[in-house]
Amino acid sequence: MKFALNDEQRDFAKSLDDLLGAADVPAAARAWGEGDHAAGRKLWTRLADLGVHGLCVPEDAGGLGATPADVVVAFEQLGRHLVPGPHVESIVVAPVVLAAADPGALERLASGELVVTLAAPPHTPYALDADIADLVFLLDGSTLCTGTAGALRRSVDTARRLFPVSAGERLAALPADTVAAAFDAAALACSAQLLGAGERLLAEAVEYAKARRQFGRAIGEFQALKHALADVRVGLDFARPLLYGAALSLGSADSARDTSAAKVAAADAAYRAARTALQVHGAIGYTLEHDLGLWITKVRALVSAWGTTSVHRKRVLAALSTA
Amino acid sequence: MNLDFTERELAFRDEARDWLREHVPAGPMPPLDTAEGFAARREWEATLAAARWSVVAWPEKYHGRDASMVEWVLFEEEYYRSGAPVRAAQNGISLLAPIIFEHGTPEQQDRYLPAMADGTEIWAQAWSEPEAGSDLASIRSTATRDEARGGWLLNGQKTWSSRAAFADRAFGLFRSDPTAERHRGLTYFLFPLDAEGLSIRPIPQLDGHPGFAELFFDDVFVPDADVLGAPGDGWRVAMSTAGNERGLSLRSPGRFCAAADRLLALWRERGAEHPHLRDRVVDAWLAAQAYRLYTWGTVTRLTAGGDVGAHGSVNKLFWSQLDVGLHEVALDLLGPESELRDEPWLDGYLFSLSGPIYAGTNEIQRNIVAERLLGLPKGGRGR
Ligand SMILES: Cc1cc2nc3c(=O)[nH]c(=O)nc-3n(C[C@H](O)[C@H](O)[C@H](O)COP(=O)(O)OP(=O)(O)OC[C@H]3O[C@@H](n4cnc5c(N)ncnc54)[C@H](O)[C@@H]3O)c2cc1C
Repeated sequence: MKFALNDEQRDFAKSLDDLLGAADVPAAARAWGEGDHAAGRKLWTRLADLGVHGLCVPEDAGGLGATPADVVVAFEQLGRHLVPGPHVESIVVAPVVLAAADPGALERLASGELVVTLAAPPHTPYALDADIADLVFLLDGSTLCTGTAGALRRSVDTARRLFPVSAGERLAALPADTVAAAFDAAALACSAQLLGAGERLLAEAVEYAKARRQFGRAIGEFQALKHALADVRVGLDFARPLLYGAALSLGSADSARDTSAAKVAAADAAYRAARTALQVHGAIGYTLEHDLGLWITKVRALVSAWGTTSVHRKRVLAALSTA
Repeated sequence: MNLDFTERELAFRDEARDWLREHVPAGPMPPLDTAEGFAARREWEATLAAARWSVVAWPEKYHGRDASMVEWVLFEEEYYRSGAPVRAAQNGISLLAPIIFEHGTPEQQDRYLPAMADGTEIWAQAWSEPEAGSDLASIRSTATRDEARGGWLLNGQKTWSSRAAFADRAFGLFRSDPTAERHRGLTYFLFPLDAEGLSIRPIPQLDGHPGFAELFFDDVFVPDADVLGAPGDGWRVAMSTAGNERGLSLRSPGRFCAAADRLLALWRERGAEHPHLRDRVVDAWLAAQAYRLYTWGTVTRLTAGGDVGAHGSVNKLFWSQLDVGLHEVALDLLGPESELRDEPWLDGYLFSLSGPIYAGTNEIQRNIVAERLLGLPKGGRGR
């Protein structure tokens, strides 16, 4: 029994952190929201070079066939650094969809050449970044179709460009358990992104609390802020084991229960981090110029993406009630 | 990363499960904080000890099974799942014993550990004083040297000592050098609760049971042989117990997992009447699950040579809030019956309310998390 990251996973996290830390990702995210995708596409390619886009693609199709825990590691970094783009869709869901619709495309997906997105109503009614995607799908229940994007809908997170999708050509009927597995994997990746964003929000708030002075002392000396930040630490620390627990049970009989538990915990912890970080920053955090707001709005969007917390709580209880 | 147990660990778990299934007394025991409840547990814990299940992680020499930490956590899960009661001996086993193993002389180990393991000597913790709770370093009770008899004379008052009215012995800190500054000049003593010059007054708690006791010391003699660690070094010795109290040892996940299972059973029974409580039931179960997995992470870290450190404070904050939350939602599910004194959930609830206070209040834990883990500056106050 070893419930901790191994050395390779830690190294992988570090190399992603280094790469993204050196790039000006917030600027890329802002540009992305304004429809200028150049910087974001560059990041996309560099992440693919590190293997991120091949994580869920089987080895014989040019991918890494990585474990769900590796996916969690990667998505935590994507969230921490605010990387824009349809990553959950392309990295986690597309391999499942393409395996049924167009297996020949898997290699190009793994290399980062393809940007794939999809809508999967009811929980994911809009497709992210459908205007720049190479392939757009609509997964309605178990029916997979090509999708045609409608007009842009603005998200609270400016970097999430949402598009309604209408059904085109019918491609396949996916087995129910395949659809369920894809949904769980997407919810788990989304949870990891939330956790990473929450960690970043806490780190930013702590740095600010040490530097900002009022009444002749660092505001971080005030217990009201200390205690609020300590509670954020506790929330994130106890969401993480649920995420990795869900990664281990993905695809098993407990998959729905555990991924939903992870999504609820990660969403609550990240949301608390966002609210607290804003409060610690005061008015400066409430400005559009300050980067903090990019994470705050991202968290709000991800809390309801790939199943709202309410949907996931319901799934947990449904699983427990039949147990 | 995995959650797979070895054959050996699984065999250990199964053996514990089978034994517990056969031996755990049926039906609830009287409350721990009453004379009858304490006596009933003494008997039960003697049964546990006779089959060598009372201190599984200790060496065989001291009645243990040399169980690994993984096996210990598995045992705790089985223990609470079987419906077995909270241990009367827990303060000694989880707070004092680690210190005796680490700082005790071989004579002290031989003298105290076996009697603790088999339940013949049950220990109470005597740290708090009326003027020293959160600010433990401000204790005033004194220890003065008695050269002639080769020991110390204790004077002063201790309070909130859990079940000292029923226990046999106690461990506590006394100021042995009045000139030294706060954290220095404290000494860690072991003493019998029926010592001459020591009087004990039980104090009823919120649940009506005499779970607390106040201790008054009037020239209580303790020989040098019962000083734990070096004289004057009591703070350092004591702080290693505080780590245990806040960390893994006092609140193993089994307790919360078992309570969460009971909560789900209650939900199946009563949930239809209270659909709006759904989310809170889920959150309570989820927190217990998070606690269980977090513990496995801690076990992995400790097994690899890491330590708990200030993460113990994160842990304490979480379990204490989880415990209150679990019980609050259960009471809400019970509706008007929840106020009845013979409702077991109510007992659990009243006990859970003390979690954010003892073992270092949650405000103190948040200060520790903020300062030691987040690196925020110390404010203008002591500690
Ligand atoms: C059920 C139970 C069992 C116990 N068992 C034992 C036992 O066996 N042996 C023993 O020795 N003691 C025991 N205690 C005592 C316990 O350790 C103390 O109650 C605890 O340390 C708090 O001290 P206090 O009660 O004096 O509160 P105080 O220290 O007076 O605190 C009162 C309030 O002020 C807050 N406060 C104090 N300082 C700060 C600060 N720096 N920052 C922010 N807030 C602060 C506290 O958080 C608390 O909310 C037990 C307590 C309970 C409830």
